[in-house]
This record gives sequence, C-alpha cells and structure tokens, in this order.
Amino acid sequence: MTATDRGHRDEWVGRSVPRKEDLPLVTGHGRYVADIQLPGTAEVAFLRSPMAHARITGIDVSAALAGEGVVTVVTGADIRATVLPFTRFVDQEFTPPGLERAAHPVILPCPMPVLASERVRYVGEPVVAVVAADRALAEDAVALVDVTYEALPVVVDPVLAVQSGSPLVHDDITDNVQATFEVRAGDVDAAFAAAPHVERFNYETQRQAASPMETRGVLAVHTDVTDETTVWTSSQTPYMVRTRISEQLGIAEESIRVVVPDMGGGFGPKVQVYPEEVLLAHLARTLGRPVRWIEDRSEHMIATAHSRDQRHTVEVAFDDSGLITAIRDDFLMDAGAYNPFSITCAYNSAVHFRSVYQVPHFQVRGRCVLTNKTPNGPYRGCGRPEATFAMDRAVYQIARLLGLDPVEVMARNLIPADAMPYPRGMPYRDGQEVVYDCGDFPAALAQLRALSGYDEHARARQAQPTSTAVTRRGIGFASYIEGTGIGPYEGAVVMLDSLGRVVVRSGSAPHGQSHDTTMSQVAADVFGLNPDQIIFSAGDTSLVPNGIGTFASRSAVVAGSAVLLAGRRLEQRVRAIASELLEISAEDLVVDAGYVHVRGDATSRVSLADVYRAALPGPQARIPGGTEPGTRELQYFVPPTVTFGAGFLAATVSVDLETGGVVVERIDIIHDCGRMINPVVVEGQLQGGILQGIGGALYESVVYDENGQPLTTTFMDYLLPTSAEVPEIRQIHLATTSDRNPLGVKGVGEAGAIAPPAAIANAVADALRPLEVELNRLPLSPPTVIEAITRAQR
Amino acid sequence: MRISMEVNGRGVEVDVEDRTSLADCLRDRLGLTGVHLGCEHGVCGACTVLLDGSSVRSCLLFAVQAAGHRVTTVEGLADGAGQGGLHPVQTAFMACHGLQCGFCTPGLVLTTCELLAEDPAPTAEEVRARLSGNLCRCTGYVKIFEAVDRAAELMRARSGTAAAPAGAAEDTR
Amino acid sequence: MKAPRFEYRAATSVAHATELLAEYDGDAKVLAGGQSLVPLLNFRLSNPAALVDINGLGELGGHRLGADELHVGAVCRHREIERDPQIAARCPAIADAVAQIGHVAIRNRGTVVGSIAHADPAAEWPGLAMLLDAQFTARAVQGERTIAAGAFFDGFLSTVLDPTEVITAVTFPLPPVASGSAWIEFARRHGDFALVGVGAVIECADESITSARIVVTGVSDTPVRVAAAERVLHGAQPGEALFAEAGRVVATQVDPISDIHGDATYRRRLAQVLTRRALAVAADRAA
Repeated sequence: MTATDRGHRDEWVGRSVPRKEDLPLVTGHGRYVADIQLPGTAEVAFLRSPMAHARITGIDVSAALAGEGVVTVVTGADIRATVLPFTRFVDQEFTPPGLERAAHPVILPCPMPVLASERVRYVGEPVVAVVAADRALAEDAVALVDVTYEALPVVVDPVLAVQSGSPLVHDDITDNVQATFEVRAGDVDAAFAAAPHVERFNYETQRQAASPMETRGVLAVHTDVTDETTVWTSSQTPYMVRTRISEQLGIAEESIRVVVPDMGGGFGPKVQVYPEEVLLAHLARTLGRPVRWIEDRSEHMIATAHSRDQRHTVEVAFDDSGLITAIRDDFLMDAGAYNPFSITCAYNSAVHFRSVYQVPHFQVRGRCVLTNKTPNGPYRGCGRPEATFAMDRAVYQIARLLGLDPVEVMARNLIPADAMPYPRGMPYRDGQEVVYDCGDFPAALAQLRALSGYDEHARARQAQPTSTAVTRRGIGFASYIEGTGIGPYEGAVVMLDSLGRVVVRSGSAPHGQSHDTTMSQVAADVFGLNPDQIIFSAGDTSLVPNGIGTFASRSAVVAGSAVLLAGRRLEQRVRAIASELLEISAEDLVVDAGYVHVRGDATSRVSLADVYRAALPGPQARIPGGTEPGTRELQYFVPPTVTFGAGFLAATVSVDLETGGVVVERIDIIHDCGRMINPVVVEGQLQGGILQGIGGALYESVVYDENGQPLTTTFMDYLLPTSAEVPEIRQIHLATTSDRNPLGVKGVGEAGAIAPPAAIANAVADALRPLEVELNRLPLSPPTVIEAITRAQR
Repeated sequence: MRISMEVNGRGVEVDVEDRTSLADCLRDRLGLTGVHLGCEHGVCGACTVLLDGSSVRSCLLFAVQAAGHRVTTVEGLADGAGQGGLHPVQTAFMACHGLQCGFCTPGLVLTTCELLAEDPAPTAEEVRARLSGNLCRCTGYVKIFEAVDRAAELMRARSGTAAAPAGAAEDTR
Repeated sequence: MKAPRFEYRAATSVAHATELLAEYDGDAKVLAGGQSLVPLLNFRLSNPAALVDINGLGELGGHRLGADELHVGAVCRHREIERDPQIAARCPAIADAVAQIGHVAIRNRGTVVGSIAHADPAAEWPGLAMLLDAQFTARAVQGERTIAAGAFFDGFLSTVLDPTEVITAVTFPLPPVASGSAWIEFARRHGDFALVGVGAVIECADESITSARIVVTGVSDTPVRVAAAERVLHGAQPGEALFAEAGRVVATQVDPISDIHGDATYRRRLAQVLTRRALAVAADRAA
C-alpha cells in the first residue's frame, strides 16, 4: 500500500506555504473584537481600585447614574445574588494523581470576586462597572462614582510577605503562601555530602507584562428567541470562558456561545478567564442589549495578568571538572493578589529547571506567594525562562569559580544522545513521568559553538585577557528544554460541506500562529488538495463541541494531530461512500483534487459533492452498512504526555562600560521542534520569541512602589523592544521526529523566548571579564550593569 | 461639529464631538477598522494613518483637526495596480511572513509606504530606525525588514527604474 | 482612554488665538502638534475647558535659516527641521538632537515650539534652546514680549509663560560657523526620552578654546547650563583629558532626580560620560 492509499501524502506538510490568513489583515479587513459593530451596543468602563489594599467603606453611584448617556451602574453588591465569584480559574487546576504523589502540592482556596465589594487587594481590581452609550461617556461617569476606602497595610515584596507579621492579602491564608509543592529526584542529601564544592546563588526574574498589541476586549449579546448568549472575546481559551460563565451565572454551557474573532496576540495572559468576560455576559442577559468593553492600555497594564517574578535560591554541588552532581532550589513566585494559575508556572519552573543537563540529584520547593499586586499568570515560556536563567547562570558561575570555560562546563553536564529517552525521576504537570523523548544535545551544542564563532572569540580573549576598550564584546550561551503539546486533549471536526469542500474546524484558535495555513497543510495532504482549498475555522465553541485553547506551545501538536486524525477518518469514510457509488472496493479508491477515483483510472470517479449528497440521511443514502449518515468526523486527540523541544542559544553582545548600555548584536539559535509543518512559520515564531526574550533580558519590568502603586502603566515606562533593538538572528533547525503524536511534531511557540535572558546575562558577564560581575537580577538595565561593574571593581 | 475631509480619495462629511479622536472617527463613524488602537498615547503606532501623505498617530489627533485634510488608511492603499490589486507593500508583507496576528500591520504598512515614498532604497539602518515607532509583539521584526526590502524592490520595478543592485543604490546616496 | 470634554476652538489669526486664550482666562490650552498634550488628555491628566488650535495659522508655519540665526514658527514640525540639510551643516547639534525625538510619526506632527512650551526636562528642544540662548516671542491680548531661554523654564513641565500667552516663534542664535557643536543622549531604547542628554558648543582659536557651552538635560527639573564646566574649558587646549575634567565638573554640579529608569547616581555618571563625549565630537567638528 502506498502512502497515498493511507490518505497520507507529504506534499504540503514541511513546505513554507504562504499564509492563508494575511489578505484581510494587510488590507485592514481583519475583524478584531473592537471592530465588530452591533446596533444598539452599550459600552462599559470600569472603576478600578486606586488602592493596593483597602476596605471599601462606601460606594455612591447616584451621580454616575445621572450622568449623560448612562444606561446603568453596577457594583459588587448588585450582582451578589446572581454572579458567583471565581473559585476555579482554569481547568488545569486539577492535580493529577502522579503529581499529587510526587510533589504533594498544597493549594489553598483563594476566591476572586467579579466586582470587589468589601475589600480591594491590588491597584486595578474592578469595583464598579458603568454602562453608557459610548466609551467616552462611560469614562465620564466613572469619574462621578464615589468610593470610600479605608487603607489596609500593604505587602509588595514576596520575601517579606512570607515572614511572620506580614500583612495578609487573604485573611485565611496566614503566611500568604497560597500554593506550594516540593519534589525531588535522586538522593540529594548524599550528593551534597559527597560534593567537593557547594555554592549558593540567588536569581531574580522580574515581573513582566506580556503586552499583546491588542488589549483584551469583550462583546456580549443575548438573544431571547434562542435563549443564547454569544460572547466575542479576545481570549486564548474560549471553552474555559464558556465554562466559567456557565458556572458563575448558573446557565448551561449549551446556552452560551463563545467566539474568538481575529485576535491581536495573546502570549499567555489571555489564557485566564477574567471578571470582565463573566460580567459582560451577565450584563447582556440582564440589559437585553449588546454590551461591549474594550480594555484600554492603561487598564491593561494593571488589570491583565503579569508574569515571571520569581526569586530562586539555588545550591549547587559540583566537582573539580564542573560536573554538577546535585541542585537544591527553593523559590518564590510572586503571585499577586490572587493566583489564578495555581502552581502552573511555578511547577513548570521546577520541572524544566535541569534543562538539558544530567544533574542526577535534584530537589526543588516552589511557593506561590500572595502580594498586593496584579495577579500573575503565564507568559510565553511560563516558568521556563525563570528556571533557565537560574540554571544557566549557575553553570557559568561555577565555571568561573573553577577557572573553566563555561561552554565546556555546559558540554560536560549534558545528557548524552545515547541516554535517550531520558527519565528525570519526577512527574510533569500532567502527572506523567518526565521522559525526554529524543535529541542529541552534545551535537547541537557543538553546532551552535561553531555557528556563533565562540572558539575564535575565546581564543582571542585568552590571547588578550584584559582590554582598555570602552565597548567590550561577549558571547554567552544558554540552553532550554520545553515540554510541548500538553493535553488533556484538543478537538477537531473535519467534514465536507454541501459544495464538496473540505472544512476543518479546530478547538484551538489562533492569534498569529498561522493555524489556518498549517492545519490546512495537514488536511491538504490527507485529501490531495491545495491548502487554499481547505476551509478552516476555529475559535467558536459552536463549531467543535469541546476544546482547550492556544497556549503552551500546544496547537501544532495536539490540534494538528486532532485535525490529522479526524481528516484520516473522513478520508476513509469518503472512500467507503464512494465505494458504494462506484461499486468498487474502497481499498482501490484514491481521494484527490476534490474527487474520489479508481486507482489508475482517473475517469472513474465521483466528486466530493457527490459523496456529500450520497451520505445525506434518508432511504436514498448510499452509506456503508451499520454507519450513520453524514460526512463529518469529530476527533479528540489525547496525547500520552508532552513531547520535548530543546535547543541552545548564543547571544553576542557589546557592552558600553561607561553607560552600562548593552546592545545585542546577534542571536544564534539551534533548536529541535520535531517535524516542521511550515518552516517559515517556525522561523517567525522563533524570531518573535527571541525578541520577547531580549525584552525580558534588557528592557521590560513592571515596577511597583512600596505602597503597591504601579509605576509602569504606559508604553513610555514599560519598554517593549522596537525594531531598532533587533539583532541579527541566525537559526539552525533540527527536526527529530516525535513519536508522541501522529504528526511527529513538537511545539515551538515559546521556544525562542526561553533562553535569551540567560544567554544575554552570560554574554554580558563574558564581555566584562576579567571582572567578576554578579548579573543575577533581570532586567540588565544600564544602571544595573553599571552597579554590577562598580561592585566588582571594589 | 460637522467636518469634511478626504478619506482614501473620497470626500466625506461627518458629525463628530470635539473630543473625538481621528482614530475613533475613522473606526466608529467611517467603518475603517483597519485603524487599530493599541495604546491611545502615541507609542505603539497601530493607529498610524497618513495625513496629507505624512504618517501621524490618529490617536493623538482630534477628528476636527483633520477637517480639510487628506487622510489615507490601510483600506485606501490597494490601488488595483499591483498583484491582486494590492499595494506592493501589502504584497511584500504577505510574501515575507511580515505579520502574525496582524494588529500592528496596518500601521507598519503605512509607515513603510511613507518611507519608500521618500527613499526608494533605504539602508538597513534606516529601515530599523524608521519602523521603531511601530511596535510589533509577534514577529521580532526580522521578517518585516525582509518585507520592506521586498516592497522597495517591487516599487522600484513598478516605477520602471530597474532594481539597481543593492550596493549601487547605496553608493549613489 | 478617551479625552474629557473640551471646546475645540480653531484660531483664525494670532490675535484671535490670544483673544480665545483670554476668553477662557487660563483654562484653555494651545493645541499645536499635540504629541504631549493629547496623551495627557487621553489619560485624563489634563482637563482644560478649551483647546485653541493654532495649526491653521499659516503665518506661524515654517522656519528660516539666516546667516547667524534660525527662526522657527510656532507650528513648524520637528521633521521640517530634520529634513533641512542646511541646518545640519550649519549647526550639527540641532540635527543630532532632532533625529532623536520620538519617531517619525511623532516628528511629523510635533512642533519645536510645542516641545519648548511643554518644558519636559528630558526633551531635546528645551535643551537646545538653553544651549543656543534662544529667544521666544510670546503674544497675549495685552501685547508681545520676548523671553530668553535662560529665564523661561521654571520647573518640571513649567515655564514663566502665562496661560493666556501663546509663543508665536523662537529664534535660535547660531554659534559662529567655525565652531563645533554636538548633541549626545542616552536613552533606554531608540526614540525614548533621554535619561540624560548633553549639548555642547566649542569655539577654538590658535589651538585653544575661546568659548564653550554645555547644557545637560534629564538631571534636573529644567535643562541646565553648566557654567563651572564651561570655565574649565575656556583658554585650555582641547583634548580628551580636558573633556574628561569638564565631565567630572558637570557631575559635581548636577543634582539629578531618580526614577524607575535611572537613579541619581547613575544619571550623574551619564552626565559626566556624555559631557566628555559631546565635547569630543563638538571639538572634532570645530574648524
């Protein structure tokens, strides 16, 4: 049997097919949530807490209610009986038994109101919603709401938050530790006891805002006739939005349709379900007219989840050769005022900490600590950049202490290729044992070393160990590992429409990742079509009954596989129906170019439209016995566990010793994302991730003052990298086929973002040699670099 | 206030409040939702339009100020002359994967149009500096740079001047 | 982030503009480029009763480069100055500085005079005005007056201008042709407001410095001219050591503020380093 007979060609998968989604986007005809205009829509604006921590002692909305154009003003008290608070946030909160056994997580309840009515816990927490004829009028009326607060003691620093006597963010969480876990692999204590060297380091990754260019936004409308509430929202997880609305408003999921239209980026914070989504659904149902809320940027910077913000204390046991025998890591994640993602990010840090290295003995404790700040959630990399920063800085620091070349020390600690698949002695977040599936790390590091010109650089430095130049160049390496394609499942529908076209519907909706193109490539190979002929849609809960979403480098893996499996089933069914029509065995039929024809005789054929009609219900149906009518296949792909992408990244930087300014001149990356569906799309994902990583390394930082007031609420203060900060980027793609999904792919969405902070910090440290600088806090802003230089010179 | 202006080559009259930004006017009153609002304080560049041919932030301009002026949005660029009726800059962004989510794209396309109108063969440094007022969070800009180069080639070819070798174009400057 | 209500009043002449400003008695703001004012409105940090739009006043447009001065009208955009190659040739410090103002779309719209009137202590034009001893022409209903840059800035985002006055033009006296000038600044990213900026003008004769001017931005609530450092240069032979000494003097003379992008110590250091670098470039450019 040929590949074609199995409904599997390799014509489109693997090619850099131009994107299908671009035409409307380059002509201004995209439809983002703010672009959808429904007649009679009222606009919502929120009064948000200006206090980091306070008791609400009074809310007077009378002046606002009398404001021009005001439809209604809603407080927490008004919805107490009808809208439940958030007690669950994301479905990932479920702790699987494997994780329970190994990490013993303790997760305390931390409910979050939709509108705060008694107490506010961070600046930006929604308190009052104003609905008015337009947004400007709504903002006018917000200014008329009079809320009185009684200030409460504020805790901003997570290190202070866990000390006794700290103000409590939630009274019943008495040490502010909302979630904690501890996990170990091997015999850590014995390894430390036997180690020739033990060092302790502290690492801090700053709080960041993922900052998609489109803020959040929600449009909700309720239709009495069908008793259906439709919610358009800029969300990475429409099904979770549906579930939360259902639970918190007490209506069946079947009465709620959540649609994600075009979306201007996500990067993590739009995974969470937010109060605005639940409240807008409620308002649409009670007001009987469409309601819309479009977050503005100054709201976004305080009302949409932040991320990162971890402090690690790392003890490393190692020998004279730099071989690391054991690591103990104890870290805090500043969760902010609520912790919607529980241990998700923190556990990711723990499970990815050892990266591509052996480190046979490992113990880690993670604590998610409540403070009076905006809640913390995932952002591209989700716990991995934080861990990589600690791990790969530690490798560099011990190399320095031993007087060894850091890249040699990296190489010495790598997992050898012949050790694959490599078990890590601890479970993944899904409860399954972590087993790296494939990859040749030593070969990859060697390749990157050659590409980056590291050896020449190291030789030149050895020849001239000191320099008087004001600008110094350095090269730094870092590694990453990433479990991609997390479950629990993803859904796809592949069907014929009445015109005989192949329609693909995915439970995972894109916001820049090119699902339309790549999923169409997958389906095109199954049906012998051009990707442009595949009709793709996603992001609508009415299209696929259940789904999860787009995050965690999962879509190509799980949604792509669901499309492949559903497609294959439909292809078989199409041949089976055609077999009835052509009266020839299905084994002898080929689906190609919109027809099913007899192998070797393209003229004996039926069209896919014929097949569609033949499968309609009724006495004339020509379908195989024992099957139901129709040409629609729904498939859920349930991955066994994640599949591991990995890579190395080298940063070449120049550092101005006088200003502390760091310029990233070049990034070289070697990465393995399994089989590539579309190499140009992969490159785009990597380049975007890398620049976000550079942002985290050098520019971006969410800053609060000691009173919990946010100081970075504009794009003038929160510094995203611009085109002028882009280095040269060179890439080497490795493609080790994964056997954990039928496509053989691994995820790549987050890959680029993980290693840059560690690599850049290592490069700056390299540039400043022979000074011994401490660069263990991000971002490496110019004053930070100067401070490190000054400290080292003392 | 009732104002008249030229938008994408057509005269329009529209009633706006004094405080209505040009961006909101174009989006809400004229349906030109390719004008995106990413920050409303003049940093992100998503709302960039051309005012009398020059790039401006439409979030920092009141609609009343555009009275009597010529406004071009991304919807007005496709002139039917290029591939599929698209402006060469649009074609180039598509060909080079110069966009992912597409939210910043209209602003970047218009900024590129202005750049190439002023300088048909910009240097790499010039491109990097010129685009720095348009934030993109998806692409890392690398493929946008490629798109600008491609657009410059397409436009030079279209204007009849055969695309000069890259080095030669710079030497003449 | 929608602006609060205000009345939009388009001025039909300078006299009309002053009448409108008088009519609102201090509660109206002049709208020129709007690149600083409109964000403040959108954030609702400013809530004027009216905006008096002067963009339609042709007589306030354009710039004129004379033999020894540059005259800039109140609605002349940054970009117009940036694109005049003669200004760059005549006084490179101006070209250095203007290229670093925001981004092209900002420079297309923002005005020289608006930047001066807004008086951001990190901005380029207020610093250039101090460096070159610019003169501002301010009009009110009562009449016209000329204000020297040195007497104009009186605090953070604050000037001696009365809210009923409008600046109609600014004149920058230009240093002699044989002088050298430079503007160097350090910002976190391309196009950001500088953490610190330094402008320098040097004149030399017989291999010694006959005149030197140094202005530093971002280290105080207004741009600062550092006379003590200028004195170090007078009569001395130009060179790295001398410029480094001038930088050290600048560091002792400034008392910077701290913010999230850089504390006082760091800004003082930058002022020192950038002074040395700006002087070196300016000296190099001096004939």
